[in-house]
Amino acid sequence: MKRSIALLAALVLLCSLALAGCGSASKTLTLNVYNWGEYISDGSEDSFDTIKEFEKWYEETYKQKIKVNYTTFASNEDMYAKLSSGAVSFDVVIPSDYMIARMRDENMLLELDFKNIPNYENINESFRGLYYDPDNKYTVPYTYGVTGVIYNANAVDEADVGGWDLLWNEKYKGNILQFNNSRDAFGTAQYKLGLDVNDTDRASWDQALAELKKQAPLVKSYVMDEIYNMMESGEAAIGTYYAGDYFTMLDAQADGVDLRFYYPERTNYFIDAMCIPSCCQNKELAERFINYMLSPEPAIANAEFIYYASPNKLVYTNEDYIDEMGEEAMEILYPAIGDFSERYNEYAFRSLDQATLDYVNSLWETLKIN
Amino acid sequence: MKRASKIYTALIMIFLFAPIAILLVFSFNRAKSLSVFSGFSLYWYRELFRDSETLRAVRNTLILAVSAALISTVMGTAAAVGINKLRSKVLRTAMDSVTNIPMINPDIITGISLMLMFVFVGRIFGAATSLSFWTMLIAHITFCLPYVILQVLPKLQQMDKALPEAAMDLGCTPFRAFLKAELPEIMPGVVTGMIMAFTLSLDDFVISYFTSGNGFQTLPIRIYNMTKKTVTPKMYALATIIFFVILTLLLISNLYDEETIQKRREAKARKQK
Repeated sequence: MKRSIALLAALVLLCSLALAGCGSASKTLTLNVYNWGEYISDGSEDSFDTIKEFEKWYEETYKQKIKVNYTTFASNEDMYAKLSSGAVSFDVVIPSDYMIARMRDENMLLELDFKNIPNYENINESFRGLYYDPDNKYTVPYTYGVTGVIYNANAVDEADVGGWDLLWNEKYKGNILQFNNSRDAFGTAQYKLGLDVNDTDRASWDQALAELKKQAPLVKSYVMDEIYNMMESGEAAIGTYYAGDYFTMLDAQADGVDLRFYYPERTNYFIDAMCIPSCCQNKELAERFINYMLSPEPAIANAEFIYYASPNKLVYTNEDYIDEMGEEAMEILYPAIGDFSERYNEYAFRSLDQATLDYVNSLWETLKIN
Repeated sequence: MKRASKIYTALIMIFLFAPIAILLVFSFNRAKSLSVFSGFSLYWYRELFRDSETLRAVRNTLILAVSAALISTVMGTAAAVGINKLRSKVLRTAMDSVTNIPMINPDIITGISLMLMFVFVGRIFGAATSLSFWTMLIAHITFCLPYVILQVLPKLQQMDKALPEAAMDLGCTPFRAFLKAELPEIMPGVVTGMIMAFTLSLDDFVISYFTSGNGFQTLPIRIYNMTKKTVTPKMYALATIIFFVILTLLLISNLYDEETIQKRREAKARKQK
């Protein structure tokens, strides 16, 4: 017993020493980064360890030791809640477009000093002047993606493939997966009917609901993450998700399953962008980090790791990257990038006002109850 | 009837352990899929030990759990001794109920209220970040404390009151009497309390989620945050390892209990001779 007490005491001492070690190192600058989980090349599977490399690069370039505190979040709403609680301070955050618009409106973002971000010129021109940042003052895009339809070619007739209609095709009753969140699910119906996904007119949402009700008897289940297993195993034949995630499924598909992917004419686009929140403690360091993320090596490593498309010219024109991704993947990830901003501004989800949001959620409830 | 009860037990066992078995099997899967087993491989274990972020989360979780368990055990034991010595019945019941509040309170309320308090205090001192390792530690001690008290208090009540008195008669200071006479007597309760505090702290998500600051993330939070992409099979490997570590700890603590009971029986037998 005595020995075990001694052991415990030693453990406590060790822990407190380790913590004290963190404390005394406060002379080195710290950078607090807040990003989605699994959303940066982190050194696993022999990839590039972005954070460690940045710390090394910074010390070599500026002769100053820094420490990056890298923290992750699971959703835009989680991030927003944490940031607006005032309990934490972050220097760089990477939210999605609609959340950026909201944070900008609430003065939660700082204007970037692009003198410190010369690599911004690597960003494709289509990604400038978008609705969430019309004057290009607050954000630097990190990744983007487009929603598309995934199907098992061994179970679906090629002739039926093409639009959103496939998800309403009677032939595949009990084989179709629909999103299990109101915004995305309503979106599929609205795109199908040619409605505006950001409409504040209730009648338009009612119309979409009627379409979803028509679809309900054909749907196998409403899913989010479960879609991976159901599509990979061939349990379901048709589903809808982001292009980057399609490749994850492709990697793991079972024998006898042949997953394919296409974009319907009208569909949702998202952009995740780096910005500096108003609680930032070291703006210059944060800008240097953003600039580093745009330089070729980390940018390519991140694009390969995340499997979403990159708005960085140095990435999608890089031959090694194209080789690594393969021709098919390049075609799917980077569809006709030229007219991106036009389509994005027209079709992408924006944040809805609270009244509309509540109404949509109440409609969604009626659908899920039946 | 006997057969029915056997089948019933078997069913319960299957429900309890099938998920763990599936996790275990798929942690050795060569492919990424959860539905197709394409051959035995240690690939995900190797990947796990290369994932520095996850390992850091594991380290954070362990540091937090060990410190929270130790501190709450010391505090909880002291509190139990104090409560046990209270003469007024009303006061004792009151103390009992107060200490039980963090246990009965839903985690989410404990979490939010602690966060609000930390932010409030942080604002007073003008700190940019009020949440850190220390706030998480305080939160974990808060919810572990009642479990320790709950384990230690009955042992104190079972103990012969004459024991510490006898020790003091023989010249012990009260503190020495506590260490030499009382503590060995209530040790099983203290150890169980500590193990409970450790496991509770280890797998807490809700309270940690609200009280975590930047840079210090525990394993449950890290896994939750992986949901933008899928949870990788690395996590199955990690969960398998954790499961076996906990299993071993449990076995050791059970064996230890057996041993002390055995020893006591022998001592009693000797006395009767």
